Amino acid sequence: MENNKEKQLKVSAIKNGTVLDHIPSGQVFKVIDILGLNDSPHPVTFGVNLDSKSMGNKGIIKISERFFKDDELNKIALVAPHASVNIIKDFEVVEKKLLTIPETISGIVKCINPMCVTNHEDIPTKFKTIVHGTEIRLLCSYCEKITDI
Amino acid sequence: MAKKSLISIQDFTKEEILHILDVAEEFEHNKSQTFLSDKVVACIFFEPSTRTRLSFETAANRLGARVIGFSDAANTSVRKGESLKDTIRMVSNYVDLIVMRHPLEGSARYASEVASVPVINAGDGANQHPTQTLLDLYTIKQTQGRLDHININMVGDLKYGRTVHSLLQAMSHFSPEFEFTAPDELKLPQEYRDFMELKGIPYKETSDLRKYLDSTDILYMTRIQQERFTDPVEYEKVKNVYSLNASMLSGVRPNMKILHPLPRLQEIAQDVDDTPYAWYFKQAENGMYVRMAIISYLLGKR
Repeated sequence: MENNKEKQLKVSAIKNGTVLDHIPSGQVFKVIDILGLNDSPHPVTFGVNLDSKSMGNKGIIKISERFFKDDELNKIALVAPHASVNIIKDFEVVEKKLLTIPETISGIVKCINPMCVTNHEDIPTKFKTIVHGTEIRLLCSYCEKITDI
Repeated sequence: MAKKSLISIQDFTKEEILHILDVAEEFEHNKSQTFLSDKVVACIFFEPSTRTRLSFETAANRLGARVIGFSDAANTSVRKGESLKDTIRMVSNYVDLIVMRHPLEGSARYASEVASVPVINAGDGANQHPTQTLLDLYTIKQTQGRLDHININMVGDLKYGRTVHSLLQAMSHFSPEFEFTAPDELKLPQEYRDFMELKGIPYKETSDLRKYLDSTDILYMTRIQQERFTDPVEYEKVKNVYSLNASMLSGVRPNMKILHPLPRLQEIAQDVDDTPYAWYFKQAENGMYVRMAIISYLLGKR
């Protein structure tokens, strides 16, 4: 109980909105970026380096009054594949979602190949995702090279 | 017919590959068929090339099409900073088909997304060169009478050599067996080993050119390409690693043929040219028939 109280102080509860939990601490800012939360008109609170039983150390992001489409959320599977998504209504968790890795990824990741056309012309990147064991690899639709994440 | 381009060898199914080879054979027997006299083809080469450009331009001419284009980006608006997108949009308004070579990898795929007409990739940096692959297949079939169950020994730069990678992917339709002869620095990349495991294709590896010379149907030689190396020291270490000469061919299979995408340097000595095994100049000639077939196919005429 002591722990829970402490946690609530660190990242306060929200009334309605979305809570993204179990994000690797180092990826919190990337998730904020991918979901475009920099421009959010609603309150966004986040924490990094919080204690976690399963991860040792985790990040969390709470976005008030914002509910995402699955497509939007799945984009963050690239950087936080094990993140959990909680939908909050009136301070209660009304729905939990797991992320699925999308088949294609557009615009988020840069291609690792310096000779790829996407690194020279103004073109959004496009990748096919390949799940290789626990790793996710991205096959560039243009230069056909693999980018590891 | 929906617009179809040829960017990567994997864009063509096995049936399409076999169709192209059949049509190419028809053109080999009848070199001038001017049924594309109402068409204009653009050959836009942002990077120098002799063989590929001339064979494309000849192929288009033999089909009766007219050809526009450039062979060097230095004298074009690209030098003024025009984007690839704008160049392709503009050219595709003028012509019925675009043949493009460009140093950036993925540039041809991008061009095919922007263009309103079919695009043929004549080489996008170190990535793909699918018309070379189709002419390699044509030549293998021509010399061996079949494509199935052929033993191919690939020699030289198996790391950067795009023709090697594309041929390997294309041959996967035909139950081949491979030997790979390369120095340690230029061995086949892991992604292609994975590909062969996945397809169940058997292969052996060596760094000794003599090792599998006598047990192969096709000896596929490649040039060590200086332009693909970022480190000049690495290039100096391996540039002269293989040199095939006529005296090494005494024990080879009678049906064995030597292919090379050309240009060749010292990896094949001149005295090999007069042996019955040398087939690389015929292979280059075949490129024209195969390109005639590809152009006709993409324009919906064959």
